[in-house]
Amino acid sequence: MSGKTLYDKLWESHLVKQRDDGTALIYIDRQLIHEVTSPQAFEGLRLTGRKPWRADANLATPDHNIPTTKAERSRGLDGIVDPVSRIQVRTLADNCREFGITELDMDDIRQGIVHVVGPEQGATLPGMTIVCGDSHTSTHGALGALAHGIGTSEVEHVMATQCLIQKKMRNMLIRVDGKLNPGVTAKDIVLAIIGEIGTAGGTGYTIEFGGEAVRSLSMEGRMTICNMAIEAGARAGLIAVDQTTIDYIKGRPMAPQGELFTRAAEFWKTLVSDADAHFDRVVVLDAADIIPQVTWGTSPEMVAPVTGVVPDPDQEKDPSRADNIRQALKYMGLKPGTAIKDIQLDVVFIGSCTNSRIEDLRAAAAVVKGRKVASTIQLAMVVPGSGLVKQQAEAEGLDKIFTDAGLEWREPGCSMCLAMNADQLPAGKHCASTSNRNFEGRQGFGGRTHLVSPAMAAAAAIHGHFVDVRDILLEPARA
Amino acid sequence: MKAFTVHTGLAMPLDRANVDTDFIIPKQFLKSIKRSGFGINLFDEHRYLDKGEPDADNSQRPLNKDFVLNQPRYKGASVLMARENFGCGSSREHAPWALDDYGFRVVIAPSFADIFFNNCFKNGILPIVLDKEVVDALFKEVNAAEGYTLTVDLPAQSITRPDGSVIHFEVDAFRKHCLLNGLDDIGLTLEDADAIKAFESQWREKSPWYFTAA
Repeated sequence: MSGKTLYDKLWESHLVKQRDDGTALIYIDRQLIHEVTSPQAFEGLRLTGRKPWRADANLATPDHNIPTTKAERSRGLDGIVDPVSRIQVRTLADNCREFGITELDMDDIRQGIVHVVGPEQGATLPGMTIVCGDSHTSTHGALGALAHGIGTSEVEHVMATQCLIQKKMRNMLIRVDGKLNPGVTAKDIVLAIIGEIGTAGGTGYTIEFGGEAVRSLSMEGRMTICNMAIEAGARAGLIAVDQTTIDYIKGRPMAPQGELFTRAAEFWKTLVSDADAHFDRVVVLDAADIIPQVTWGTSPEMVAPVTGVVPDPDQEKDPSRADNIRQALKYMGLKPGTAIKDIQLDVVFIGSCTNSRIEDLRAAAAVVKGRKVASTIQLAMVVPGSGLVKQQAEAEGLDKIFTDAGLEWREPGCSMCLAMNADQLPAGKHCASTSNRNFEGRQGFGGRTHLVSPAMAAAAAIHGHFVDVRDILLEPARA
Repeated sequence: MKAFTVHTGLAMPLDRANVDTDFIIPKQFLKSIKRSGFGINLFDEHRYLDKGEPDADNSQRPLNKDFVLNQPRYKGASVLMARENFGCGSSREHAPWALDDYGFRVVIAPSFADIFFNNCFKNGILPIVLDKEVVDALFKEVNAAEGYTLTVDLPAQSITRPDGSVIHFEVDAFRKHCLLNGLDDIGLTLEDADAIKAFESQWREKSPWYFTAA
């Protein structure tokens, strides 16, 4: 009999009941809650007279549509100009109070994007099952937790029962062997993976990411990779626990402390796939082949290396793929054969649950330090993932580096990743964005998104078009 | 949840792969704290020529006459024909809420994104996976014949075409059971409350570090 994958272990340890029809009841250790997908779930509890099964398993913070300007944020809830957003953020606070759920509200220094806050607070721990009404919940798999996005009906289900009805997924291993080239980051790895397997390549699977290039990443980099598992179609991504994971968790406010931590860490070290575990599909990439990536289309799989060109639909043999390329190029206003480096940009957005952690901000700051944003860039903004990331960045002087270069330094939130607040990409404008989706209209009605790493976005801000960040990093450092 | 047994309705083709949840319902409408009223903004960015806002009077907005939903022959459609990877992207249940509120009861596609697929069943919508070749054939037929109507029979797991021919489809037994009876699955799960409590107490014993309060 072959061994178990990490996913098998997490599944089995949370199995409450296996039903004859193939579905199972899975126990959920942690639910993260934000303002957009929870109001209808709380309302459901009220209508049926149900109470949360375990209120202390839930943690809430507003992120999707809160403002990021100081002017709006300095006045708290009442400062939110958009009345519809204000009602939604207030509703979250009211619901958390009514149902006894801890909320890190918008005036709390710990507030931020829910997928940044969970790990940062130690609310995300290895070996947990974690859900949130947000597809990027896959992020938390970077800590060896089984984490996935759910709909609002399931949010209510988990609140009321502490369980989720699930069917077991299949196992996929994506191994990135060898060492990464300098200037190539976790974001480039995951974009290259999506380019390889497609946006539906992981549908029905839980993807474990492994190999030397993944193992050598920091926790921040690992979170970037698992965050985008959903863009490859997989509800959950996973990375095995190692010393990097355990060092990251130690001392976090909601993590176990002292002797309990030691005991937990012993258990967490077992959260790896067995050497003889069976995966239903294995994909292998060579890290040496990966160079900085840029999306040119309206799906994350429409990606090319920065040294490449926009594809020609007439060269595509599959007619439906050719149609997709044509539709995407029309929306993006791009011509086949255009060099990626010749794509002119109007806006730069550094932030989102994919790339707004301290390491991301350091990488961007290293590129812009001592340089100026190109005059053709109408808006370049940096939105830290949480109040604590912001505080840390300011302690390191990163905010000063950004503002000196001409980038705006904002308050934490989801911001222009999905543009539910005032931070919207205008129609027809091209944006170098560190976020996760380049769908039509995602960052704003008619907006044209190019997904890149923080260092690539920063380099694009300086030059006004895409450049290979590896060239910049080779230049002598500026004071 | 409303029950689904047999549904007969006009089919509408949406000939586009990887239709994402932003396409189905753009983010600005997610600010609502209700679960109804999204139908008028279904496919908003393609259905109208201007940018939609939650408080706009949609009757005054310019329509994109080329978009399939606005073509008179598809008025009142309730069976959506779609392409690969339908519903990819976010977990927003507003996507099936918008489809349901507009009046779609069935979505047929060669493949769906996992979260969207699951969300449909929670809202009385039946998503049906058929082989690509079968979907291709249905697209051809619906394009060729105005008033093309399908009858979807969940108990029999069958789709009947206008010519009387029948296509069989698969559906998970549990989901079928819930949909047929319009069951609230929270109520069903709570029938296993003792099993959940038993699991929880052994898990707490074994892994107390997961039970520190948030």
